[in-house]
Amino acid sequence: MSTLSICNLHASIGDKPILRGLTLEIPKGQVHAIMGKNGSGKSTLAKVMAGHPDYTVTSGDVLLDGESILAMEPDQRARLGLFLAFQYPMEIPGVTIANFIRAAVQSRLPQGEELEATDYYADLYSKMDALSIPRAFTSRSVNEGFSGGEKKRCEILQMAMLQPKYAVLDETDSGLDIDALKIVSSGVNALRSPEVGMLVITHYQRLLDYIIPDKVHVMAEGKIVLSGEKDLALKLESEGYDWVTAS
Amino acid sequence: MISSASTSILNSSSSFNHGEASPFPDWFQEQQANAWDIFLKLPQPIRRDEMWRFSNLKKTSLETFLEASKIKNPDEIRNRSQGITDIAAKMIFANDQLIHREVSNLPEGVVLISIEEALKHHGELFRQHFMKHETRLGSYKFAMLHQAKLRTGVFLYLPPGVVLNKPIEIWHWVEGAHSAIFPHTLFVASKQSHASVIERFSSLSPDPAFVCAMNDLIIEEEACLNYASVQEWSAQTTAFHLNNTSVSKKGRATALQAHLGGLFVRSESDSRLLGKDAHSIMLSINPAHGKQEIDQRTFQDHIAPEATSDLLYHNALSDEARTIFSGLIKVEKEAHQTDAYQKVRNLMLSDEAEANSMPGLEILADDVRCTHGATSGELNKEELFYMMARGIPPQEGVKLIVRGFFQTVLDRLEEPLLRHCIEELLENHLF
Repeated sequence: MSTLSICNLHASIGDKPILRGLTLEIPKGQVHAIMGKNGSGKSTLAKVMAGHPDYTVTSGDVLLDGESILAMEPDQRARLGLFLAFQYPMEIPGVTIANFIRAAVQSRLPQGEELEATDYYADLYSKMDALSIPRAFTSRSVNEGFSGGEKKRCEILQMAMLQPKYAVLDETDSGLDIDALKIVSSGVNALRSPEVGMLVITHYQRLLDYIIPDKVHVMAEGKIVLSGEKDLALKLESEGYDWVTAS
Repeated sequence: MISSASTSILNSSSSFNHGEASPFPDWFQEQQANAWDIFLKLPQPIRRDEMWRFSNLKKTSLETFLEASKIKNPDEIRNRSQGITDIAAKMIFANDQLIHREVSNLPEGVVLISIEEALKHHGELFRQHFMKHETRLGSYKFAMLHQAKLRTGVFLYLPPGVVLNKPIEIWHWVEGAHSAIFPHTLFVASKQSHASVIERFSSLSPDPAFVCAMNDLIIEEEACLNYASVQEWSAQTTAFHLNNTSVSKKGRATALQAHLGGLFVRSESDSRLLGKDAHSIMLSINPAHGKQEIDQRTFQDHIAPEATSDLLYHNALSDEARTIFSGLIKVEKEAHQTDAYQKVRNLMLSDEAEANSMPGLEILADDVRCTHGATSGELNKEELFYMMARGIPPQEGVKLIVRGFFQTVLDRLEEPLLRHCIEELLENHLF
């Protein structure tokens, strides 16, 4: 039961089907990677799981530890333990990172219980230090004026603070130089545990040199067309995707 | 016998009736009588007037408002006037009566007194600055009513070079159904002085009331004034807030208007840049809701060269609220190398709300940089999704976004004590 299960999932945007029967199971304690060409539906999968209102699930299910989450609002899914690291994190003017994460942590507390500010900041600062995020960032507006690397580090910071059961990392490597990639990857690796399942969505094998997956899946035309061990990523890198879809 | 509490404000020229003697000198009383005549002679504004375009003039009718009665519960009002704890000085007015004045921490030479005292002890200085500039953004008639009916107010004088490290806090309360008050504020910041002031305007009860408040901020050479005006009038109040700011050479004024209450609020901010390298920062935050109408007119008048003005107004509109913004940047002939900026943003949170924006430019000089713009937009759904994806419930997410929308304006206030005070007050007005 300790799995994130995607069962024969079909989803559309408007009339256009994007996911066409995708099935995948991510047990807790494992890191799975999804690779695929642009347009294969990778990012759609991430957004559908998180509950983005633009997408309609036409059939299939997503079960978090056995519980269907598709009827839930995005915030309910998140509080249940699902985390999505965005490919393009939103900028929110005037809302500081500290207040934003605080509201997210607060939302997980029982009604009427107030977050203890001192503990919160101690936790926040230690996690920022681990991700080499300067403390001055706490008073900056969420993602506003951040570099690509800063935005992605901020996503991983949020993940570290919210301690999800399952995390979906959507193209976390995009826009990162090699130094930022190393910091982000080590941040992700630090969160690996028997209590967390992760799905890493990426276009390039490069990220998987740093976040070593337990399984690699190839996505094409809205479904998983091939699954394998971590060396599958290397083969995709050297031979491209065409042999997968052609077979 | 007619009690003073039931006298219409339109019945007589002065607020001092029923045997109550005016405390003001003759010249001042004559000006008041003259203002009353002008008030009576001038026609009510009509919507065809450019300066009243889009206004709901029905809401400016004065017939039902009465002279404010004497305060019976000053202790209770003093207790309710809890704002910033760490302040340099405090004054509390209720129904245009001074009920509290705490100035013992002010440095020597700083004058913070009522207008009647100012007229007694600093007559010439006061007269030199009092209502020196004509109200020219539409409400001249109401400015004349204000002058005629003025009973008291604040006079602040900062001597040259004085720096106040803590803010001054001034309260104006209105009490009683249909009461009318006319608060007046005159600040003179002399050369190289520096101060922060917050004025709080509040109702003691949910009753309808009429307010016509005026303030003049005079910033002399190299002086710096941070000023915030925060009104939390009752939801039945009609309020005029008429503000004049003039900034001399190398002076710096930051003035924020927060309109958190009221039914009809007309706010006029007229800023004159009189000297080289003068700066005027004009800010406003308005969480308009219910059937509120916030009608704001502004003027950035660049008279001297090489001055800067920077206006940033943020309105968040919910329910059936209406806002009007009409702003003019004028660069006079001699005002070369002016740098003027004007931006109004409307965040539309309801389909029933209505925002009207009329930014304007009039440039008579060469070599200037003027930017203006008005935007209206709905809440960004992707921002909200991002917040929900972190577990934040949607209603809380909207609040965070709106709070952030106002925070970007509040962050421009240089005095953190003023900023934090307004942040806390705003919490009660985010729906």
